[in-house]
Amino acid sequence: MTAFLLRRFGALVLVLLAMSIAVYGLIGLMPGDPIDLMIASDPNLSPADALRLKALYGLDRPLLARWWAWLTAALQGDLGYSRLYGQPVLALLGPRLLATLALMLPSLLLGTLIAVPLGVLAARRPGGVADRAADLLAFTAVSLPSFWLALLLIVLFAVQLGWLPAGGDGGATVTSAVERIRFLLLPVATLTILTAGALVRYVRGAVGEALAEDFIRTARAKGCGEVRLLVDHALRFAAPPILTLLALHLGALVSGALVVETVFAWPGMGKLVYDAILGNDFNLALAALLLVTMATLLANLLADVLHAALDPRVTLDA
Amino acid sequence: MRSWALMLVVVLPLAAEAQDGRRTLVIGTSQYPSNLHPNIDSMAAKSFVNGMTMRPFTAYDERWELVCHLCEELPTLENGKAVRETTPDGKHGVATTYTIRAGATWGDGVPVTTRDVLFTWEVGRHPQSGVSNAELYRRLWKVEALDQRTFVLHDEKLDYNYNAINDFRLIPEHLERPVFEQDPATYRNRTLFDTDPTNPGLAFGPYRIVAVRPGSEIVVERNPKFFGEPPWFERIVVRAIENTAALEANLLSGEIDMIDGELGLAVDQALAFERRHGDRFTVLYKPGLTYEHMDVRLDNPVLADVRVRRALLLGLDREAINQRLFDGRQPVADSSVHPLDWVHAPGTTRWPYDPARAAALLDEAGWRPGAGGLRRDAAGAPLRVVLMTTAGNRTRELVQQIIQSQWRQLGIEAVIQNEPPRVLFGETLSRRRFDGLVLFAWISSPENLPRTTLHSDAIPSEANGWSGQNYTGYANPRMDELIDAITVELDREKRRALWAELQELYAQDLPALPLYFRASPYILPRWLEGLVPTGQMAPPTYRVETWRATG
Repeated sequence: MTAFLLRRFGALVLVLLAMSIAVYGLIGLMPGDPIDLMIASDPNLSPADALRLKALYGLDRPLLARWWAWLTAALQGDLGYSRLYGQPVLALLGPRLLATLALMLPSLLLGTLIAVPLGVLAARRPGGVADRAADLLAFTAVSLPSFWLALLLIVLFAVQLGWLPAGGDGGATVTSAVERIRFLLLPVATLTILTAGALVRYVRGAVGEALAEDFIRTARAKGCGEVRLLVDHALRFAAPPILTLLALHLGALVSGALVVETVFAWPGMGKLVYDAILGNDFNLALAALLLVTMATLLANLLADVLHAALDPRVTLDA
Repeated sequence: MRSWALMLVVVLPLAAEAQDGRRTLVIGTSQYPSNLHPNIDSMAAKSFVNGMTMRPFTAYDERWELVCHLCEELPTLENGKAVRETTPDGKHGVATTYTIRAGATWGDGVPVTTRDVLFTWEVGRHPQSGVSNAELYRRLWKVEALDQRTFVLHDEKLDYNYNAINDFRLIPEHLERPVFEQDPATYRNRTLFDTDPTNPGLAFGPYRIVAVRPGSEIVVERNPKFFGEPPWFERIVVRAIENTAALEANLLSGEIDMIDGELGLAVDQALAFERRHGDRFTVLYKPGLTYEHMDVRLDNPVLADVRVRRALLLGLDREAINQRLFDGRQPVADSSVHPLDWVHAPGTTRWPYDPARAAALLDEAGWRPGAGGLRRDAAGAPLRVVLMTTAGNRTRELVQQIIQSQWRQLGIEAVIQNEPPRVLFGETLSRRRFDGLVLFAWISSPENLPRTTLHSDAIPSEANGWSGQNYTGYANPRMDELIDAITVELDREKRRALWAELQELYAQDLPALPLYFRASPYILPRWLEGLVPTGQMAPPTYRVETWRATG
């Protein structure tokens, strides 16, 4: 186990290094640099100023030299400044990460709490009411664009009924936790529907397969109660693939949900990464993407460990 | 029962929050400023916020006339506060004397003085300070402080707008000097405007910043030290909501009170909003200086023929576009000069919709009707041009489709090839990698001389590091002469005549095909009074102290 973890952590470092080169290179290859974009919005910017600014921002240096300068500074704990927000990158990432966790964690929990029981019930009686409800939820989540679902909820609960705020996180003026929660309800509801819809089909499928196994028939013949049969036997058997899927979803806790964050003006990581890439903000984009990569890799690692823990046929040191 | 009680606890505070509305104004915009330093880069969102916390010495007002904000009186040659002089190296320059308004004080109680003027100049002209538009600071070869409030700017050039120092935006010497002197090269990252934006000493306007949430919102509250009339609203929140549908929803749900005109909805979106909710809101359409046009690649052999360019314009029913898409709110442009600008020449040649004349011009240029409904040259090649614009800009894409359809009726094929703004502006235009026409806009100020877009020395090339914005490659010696002549002509009437010739030359040569001038739609609550849009780069917040709630 220890050797496995050490190997995986070593690989994680290498992947992060490779990602930093790839991301830096890709952003560098994108057309235009920050000064070109500045010129486009200010026709009075003189050619002399444009050249001066390119030199000042180091944009006249080769990409590799800029990456190396970034890496050496980053290894000393300096992730640089965000050009888009005029703030140190580290100072920006903290609040955005918390905001994204506040959005994604409840959505994942609620989505799981809805999807697992519904999926189990749907698998128990294919074609029954629960199965149809699971189908409806799954197709809704797959078919409805997230921005449309978000706007629908805004129009209903914020514009028509006036019960909940249409977006934002309450800003600096809102201090109480209860008020802050009001701003979370609609985006969390949107993401919960999407998460539950995506999960419920997997749960139904995995539990359905389990229910077809011989040991279920044996348990039933031995007089095992229905609830115990579903929870202790079928769900336990189906747990490894479901937990693996959930662990992979953990990566999204950090990467955020771009569309939902944009529609609800929620200041999370998804929007931050998107703006950083479009705005040619190297430092911010790089740090945010590496954080997302690291979270995804760690989530993968967790999935492997969980799989091994739940399924005795899987060993990590093999 | 318990769940309903929880619902009420969660939902009811909304009603209480709405009651606070009349002394708090929440403004929705689609953009968040990249930084808050007044001189490091130029951005409409930043101008909007800074307009509340500070004032420039001079700016163009809503009548597009130059006025004093922080100065007592505009210096002119006539009132003797501007004096011609010769610089030590023999240039014809000017010395202008300004006096800082009495009572101007930074929010921490320190008076605004000429020390701030001298420091701002020092930072502005420092090559490493990160100030983007440093042209004004570099031109000032000397700044003299006569006393605490009076100073003289010695400009090495005497040009027609010698007394407009709109870009000279003060920064507080007593707070920023230590930061700047520590390391000018990293000053742009360490300025207090970004590291300590709620420091009261950074503001001398009617408001000061009290809270900042990067990317989301900025909150300002009354500045008790403001030298002018105290503002009505105790607090203003500027909230960035990028998605325009969400912006509308926030307005309708009462989360925001108004939508800014420069950074909010497009005119067609505002018109649709007005049709649905016009009874609840006031929609102001301010004609503006944002000039929508098509830059033409002049070294394309087809487009190099001025007859083809004229035919392209004659084949467009721009007035119908204005009426049908914009309800007549965005007037047709005949050149880059807005009809409301005092230098506009009404007698300039116009190219109104006239398909018969367009067809005749194309015939004359050798493009005759041929197979497939397209005009073809003698060798049978079709008359085909690439038409680009910013992908994702719904209004431009709609206009582009109308253009394509109208040109098709003339036998011209317009091949649409759109690119994201970042690619279009960052590469295609700036590196002159387009082959046909590009539909986009320039924003300017009144009497804005198109030196960077029409002078031949502003054609981007590898040799000049791709600087300059004359993307079309337009080079006409007479245009260069006119631009140079207008620059130094101080007599208003003589300048008007030069401007008239410039506009006529533009209309004849058509280096770009004029489309229309954009309007800025402000969506305001019916209870808000006093907001007067300017229609140009000066934000309406320069008069924020006159905004008030009624009823």
